[in-house]
Amino acid sequence: MDTLALEATQPKKAQNGAPVPGTSTPAKRKPAKKIKKAVVFFEVEILDAKTKDKLCFLDKYCDSFLVFHVFVSDPQWYPARQSIRLDPKGKSLKDEDVLQYLPVGTTATFYFRDLGAQISWVTVFLTEYAGPLLIYLMFYFRVPFIYASKYDFTTSKHWVVHLACMCHSFHYVKRLLETLFVHRFSHGTMPLRNIFKNCTYYWGFAAWMAYYINHPLYTPPIYGEQQIRLALIVFLFCQIGNFSIHIALRNLRPPGSKTRKIPYPTKNPFTWIFLLVSCPNYTYELGSWLGFTLMTQCLPVAAFTLVGFIQMTVWAKGKHRSYLKEFRDYPTLRSPILPFIL
Amino acid sequence: MTNPRRQLCWRSVFVTFAVCTGTMASGEEDRTVEEKETNNKKRTKGAIATAWLTFYNIAMTAGWLVLAVVMVRYYLQKGTHKGLYKNIARTLKFSQTFALLEVGHCAIGIVRTSVIVTGVQVCSRIFMVWFITNSIRQIQNEESVILFVVVWTITEITRYSFYTFNLLNHLPYFIKWARYNMFIVMYPLGVIGELLTIHAALPYVRRSGMYSLRLPNKYNVSFDYYYFLIIVMLSYIPLFPQLYFHMLRQRRRVLHGEIVVEKDE
Repeated sequence: MDTLALEATQPKKAQNGAPVPGTSTPAKRKPAKKIKKAVVFFEVEILDAKTKDKLCFLDKYCDSFLVFHVFVSDPQWYPARQSIRLDPKGKSLKDEDVLQYLPVGTTATFYFRDLGAQISWVTVFLTEYAGPLLIYLMFYFRVPFIYASKYDFTTSKHWVVHLACMCHSFHYVKRLLETLFVHRFSHGTMPLRNIFKNCTYYWGFAAWMAYYINHPLYTPPIYGEQQIRLALIVFLFCQIGNFSIHIALRNLRPPGSKTRKIPYPTKNPFTWIFLLVSCPNYTYELGSWLGFTLMTQCLPVAAFTLVGFIQMTVWAKGKHRSYLKEFRDYPTLRSPILPFIL
Repeated sequence: MTNPRRQLCWRSVFVTFAVCTGTMASGEEDRTVEEKETNNKKRTKGAIATAWLTFYNIAMTAGWLVLAVVMVRYYLQKGTHKGLYKNIARTLKFSQTFALLEVGHCAIGIVRTSVIVTGVQVCSRIFMVWFITNSIRQIQNEESVILFVVVWTITEITRYSFYTFNLLNHLPYFIKWARYNMFIVMYPLGVIGELLTIHAALPYVRRSGMYSLRLPNKYNVSFDYYYFLIIVMLSYIPLFPQLYFHMLRQRRRVLHGEIVVEKDE
């Protein structure tokens, strides 16, 4: 990075008096006859977080600026992969942070860190959900080279296999539509590496599950119709619940904003679980997969449910902790993911 | 873990005594007294941990030494390696399984190594001992078995005596030299021994269908030990270089004092 051009994300305001030439001492000016905000000039330098090289230095910066991004002549360093922070090992500053309100005084030192290639959340979600949808259908229709050739393009004789295909496909179609129309994402991007990791997980497990459920030698559940009916009820209940929670969370946040509020139960009975749980979307997700496991009576599905549960518990605990940190009046009855247990 | 802490600990002993005799009174001093009491507790815990680790490492060194002696005596008496496995089977299984405790040591923090790295290493050893050589009788007299057992014995004796001497703060240079140089030859030899053994076991596994689950069954899952072993053999390809180069980097740092910049991911 040899040439840097600094550009603020907000238009500059006109200076109130004659600029002090050559020096970098900040000048504070009191408001004159009209009511004007006091203009404070900042000195800003940006260092590389690892090598501590000085990347950029500015003097006479106006206080109304937001934290900027360092625009480089090489388009490789786009804003989403830049992390500007006050401490080399600290948290990244947000786009909305105002220079004046940061604990920097008038001489500000920022550290720059390259976050690596980034990819948008929407892209990752769409890819990782489209995979299982298509892969499962390939196994369901018994595309050649998966099972013995005499089974090519045949259909299973068990009706639970058809039901399972409908449930699985419905689940992933729902996820795709939610990604496109319902979710409001806090972060725009994530590291590029994640898409490979996530897709391996989702696609791999989908293939493993689908292979056994659609196998010619598949054994239907022991308790037959009763087991399947119960499982279907649990599955549908949790799917509706999960969707209700996503809608409730969406409605907390006006379009285009990134505000954070405590979610509360609404008129929808499926959201009443907010009284007991911080992340009921994960609770309902676990319920759906338990239903699917019961419906198919397939060990790989149980394994997928278990791994998903562990991951979602980790996320739920993190979210619960950040809720507690951010809101003083956070309801104390709530648990992260399982009421009273976890 | 170094001098400043020891100084603090002596003071904490004095302070604890003073508290017991009721000479400390003010609130602010109580706070530092609490800190020093915690340090005292930490010191006691550190002493117990060191004592246990010393005992553990001495016991493991002894275990593997016994194994070495038995092997040498057998070879001197019989002149062949056939039938040797039966003699060393129990000691080998005992010594290697006992190493599971090392994962526990990392988990509770008395040894500063990653739980996952230790776990993977110990699990791969346990897998070789219990799921290959113990279960598949027909390969127990293979030369490759003797190869990896000999390599393991040399490596473990060096490693455990290194840890023992380290804990006793009296590390002879030759042990340190052995620990950080012999792996260069031992590690690849051990891998060759293990891979040849698994390869020799494959036909017997296929024929007997051991540890395998076929469809149809009520869990709707299947497992083929034969293909599993093939995957295990393939996994050596990415894993072995990583471990080998990690040891090489450690060696450069310890023996030559080079500072190697690690990639931070």
